[in-house]
Amino acid sequence: MTTVNTKLNRRSFLKVSALAGGGMVLSFSWLAGCKPTPEETLGMPKEWFELNSYIKIGENGAVTLYSSSPEFGQNIKTSMPMILAEELDVDWKNVMVEQGNFDTNRFQRQFAGGSQSIRQGWTPLRTAGATARAMLVTAAAQTWSVPQSEITTASGILEHKGSGKKAHYGEMASLASTLEVPEKVDLKARKDFKIIGTSKKNVDVQQIITGKPLFGLDYKVEGMKYASIIHPPAFGMRLKSFDGDKAKAMPGIQDLFTIKVYNEDFVRSFFDVVTFPELLVIVGNSTWEVFQAKKEVKVEWEKAPESNFSMRGFGGGEPSTITVPEGLENTVDHRSKMEIVAKNSARVVRRDGDPESAFKKAAKVLERTYTAPYLAHNTMEPANCFANVGDEQAEIYGPTQWPEPISAALADRLGLPKDKIKINLPRMGGGFGLRAYSHHLLEAAVISQKIKAPVKMVYTREDDMSYGIYRPTYSATYRAALDENNQLLAFHVKAGGIPESPLHANRFPAGAIDNYLAEGWEIPSNITIGAFRAPRSNFIAGAEQSFLDELAEEMGKDPIEFRLELLKRAETNPVGENNDYDPKRYAGVLELVREKSNWNNPPADVHRGVSAYFCHNSYVAEVLDLKMEGSTPKVENVFAAVDCGIVVNPDAAANMGEGAIVDGIGNAFFGELGFENGAPTKRNFDQYRMIRQKEAPKNIQVHFVENNEDPTGLGEPLFPPVFAAVANALYKATGNRLYDQPFQPKLEEMSNLLM
Amino acid sequence: MAIINLTINGKSKQVDVDPNTPVLWVLRDHLDLVGTKFGCGIAQCGACTIHLDGTAVRSCSLPVSSAEGAEITTIEGLSEKGDHPLQEAWIEHDVPQCGYCQAGQIMTAAALLKDNPSPSDEEIEDAMNGNICRCGTYLRIKAAVKTAAQKL
Ligand code: FES
Ligand code: FES
Repeated sequence: MTTVNTKLNRRSFLKVSALAGGGMVLSFSWLAGCKPTPEETLGMPKEWFELNSYIKIGENGAVTLYSSSPEFGQNIKTSMPMILAEELDVDWKNVMVEQGNFDTNRFQRQFAGGSQSIRQGWTPLRTAGATARAMLVTAAAQTWSVPQSEITTASGILEHKGSGKKAHYGEMASLASTLEVPEKVDLKARKDFKIIGTSKKNVDVQQIITGKPLFGLDYKVEGMKYASIIHPPAFGMRLKSFDGDKAKAMPGIQDLFTIKVYNEDFVRSFFDVVTFPELLVIVGNSTWEVFQAKKEVKVEWEKAPESNFSMRGFGGGEPSTITVPEGLENTVDHRSKMEIVAKNSARVVRRDGDPESAFKKAAKVLERTYTAPYLAHNTMEPANCFANVGDEQAEIYGPTQWPEPISAALADRLGLPKDKIKINLPRMGGGFGLRAYSHHLLEAAVISQKIKAPVKMVYTREDDMSYGIYRPTYSATYRAALDENNQLLAFHVKAGGIPESPLHANRFPAGAIDNYLAEGWEIPSNITIGAFRAPRSNFIAGAEQSFLDELAEEMGKDPIEFRLELLKRAETNPVGENNDYDPKRYAGVLELVREKSNWNNPPADVHRGVSAYFCHNSYVAEVLDLKMEGSTPKVENVFAAVDCGIVVNPDAAANMGEGAIVDGIGNAFFGELGFENGAPTKRNFDQYRMIRQKEAPKNIQVHFVENNEDPTGLGEPLFPPVFAAVANALYKATGNRLYDQPFQPKLEEMSNLLM
Repeated sequence: MAIINLTINGKSKQVDVDPNTPVLWVLRDHLDLVGTKFGCGIAQCGACTIHLDGTAVRSCSLPVSSAEGAEITTIEGLSEKGDHPLQEAWIEHDVPQCGYCQAGQIMTAAALLKDNPSPSDEEIEDAMNGNICRCGTYLRIKAAVKTAAQKL
């Protein structure tokens, strides 16, 4: 048991006056957001009592828990309420979950990103649950005139053993909701957890499998119009003129106009990425009609000159001027530019010892360069948003991982106070980082304001894939200096990209090598980028872990043993100060995966590769087995060992891990977006190859390290190591090291050579 | 525009639309059946899968005029209470992540099981290969199809 101060979370514990005393009318989101059959267990209460922003209890004992963070498949709509329910001490089957809308007064940190929801929510949610429980206990103590300390709770029942008095939470909820929030509350000891650590089904699963409206794209109101946009076909282009007469005359088309997405002088937040500041908009009576009309608009585009705008950095702070270069870029040029810049001197980010001298006296230097292309997120649900903007207020309903940054842009652009703009959070058809950038919310709102009607704006897949906000293209050169005895003298990484460097200079193997140098470089571009599942890590892990594999081989060592030796050094006698990983936990996952994959006795006909990485506060090691079917590699098994602290919902966590592994395999083999004259070379799934059922591994095992650490990230950490596990297994299978992602084109080239 | 008569989930429906309108958009925009999803619009992702006379088809690429007279089944009509063996298996395996592709996956799987009640792994992979799951739930999809097949 731990005692925590509730002060820090005060804001979430404010009572909301609209609810006090009165029953609450249940909204649409209740229908869309509850578990399969709560009605059957308890029935709907006549009245709800709110104990804090996250918890309300009905007079019949039914419990509604708010899930405040956006849901895009990471399943926090189930796992975060599980944390509340645990400390509240209720029976999970009596719990209903409702999606909280964007509300900075009620909720903290409504952000799905950086794999942080559970980590950051852990203590606040436990505290919220424990606080509500404490208030129910106080209410019972007052009602029964017994000391609080003699009252116990279990499964939503309060009991005073001495007097034999018993009541369910609903009977005390009315009184409890009027009590002061206690200053301090006790949290459960881990051994007393009944819900956390047990697998609970996705609270939306029944709705998903029966096709209920859950997504932004499904939302509709009476009198709503449909809109679609036309954006420039290439980065570095803008609208010159258009002739929309023919399109306007088409059936069901109401209007055609241009919009400016942001006000010129608006200081943008880091997440206000907008690729195309001016868009053409078509409005009509149905999605299909506007999609058809788009094809009939004659548009002239022109090259956009260099431009500037003000933007704040990642954490806010003073704005700086961002320059968007002019020009129509090509993948071929990107590659040659990166090759040249990678050879120039770069920004030193970390230096330990004297790497330069060590390289000079090396008997042998191993040097390898790794590259990866731009990637599109390709969430299954294309960008879309519903907006209904009136003179006094606005309602927005669209997929966003982070409503807060866009709320400021909306207020500025619509000329409405922030508190008059209601942003509701639908379930999202995927996010992967892309939906942290909410330009589509703003676009829909501007359209609605202009046409003075509710509107749903929908991107086609082509609009979505060619809009930008991509995973950047990267390059990393690794060098290792070895002495005559094949001992490692020095290690050098120089990594860059367009437009950002993927370097994480203080991660492993920093701290394990006396002479270490990390450098970064960048090349500017007008192609917009954004967070993509484990930003930067999703490339640098693959490069680093491929290099370590080759280095281990060069040094005649087993690849797992080699990593463990380095980690031992980092643990017992670390180099430098700022090593941002725990070598013991890192080694722990390597040891676990070695055991679970039976590393030392692999099946006869498989080729295996290992890889490990630390990011988003979690440790992951993976072993991947390939079989060759003719010249085609098939992934048979993937074994993953994960240390992300306490796992709240184990089966759902495994599902997430499996998905990240499949995602990694798909992108390692196929993921690629190129550019010609500024235009993306792929616009839909006939061109952009996505991993499909046949390419998925036959088996995936996700093993979690059992410990008592507070939970850390899960959605991202299993993704980055996959790339090297694939590359290292492919090396075993083909005898060729692959340095450039995606691997499929090279494999095809190799198999053609064999024929 | 033309009046088109459709049979959807056993009920007759009438819509007044351009006969070239894909069934997907008729379902979503005109009939409020939004379980069928839009993913690509070019028959490449399977999110829009429905049954046309029991066969799985991509509704984004099926003009509504060619569905006249046929029986259309959507995810909303696959079972009365959401208890088709596939739907139950989907819960058992807790398949969905974001959930967006899953109606399409289930509809493709339902057509497969109708024709072939005990498919091999390879047959499942072949049938399901046209349905992209960006979240990567492929292993659970396959496992759930197998579970449902056993219960049929
Ligand atoms: S939307 Fe029809 S197959 Fe993708
Ligand atoms: S569950 Fe998200 S696309 Fe399949």
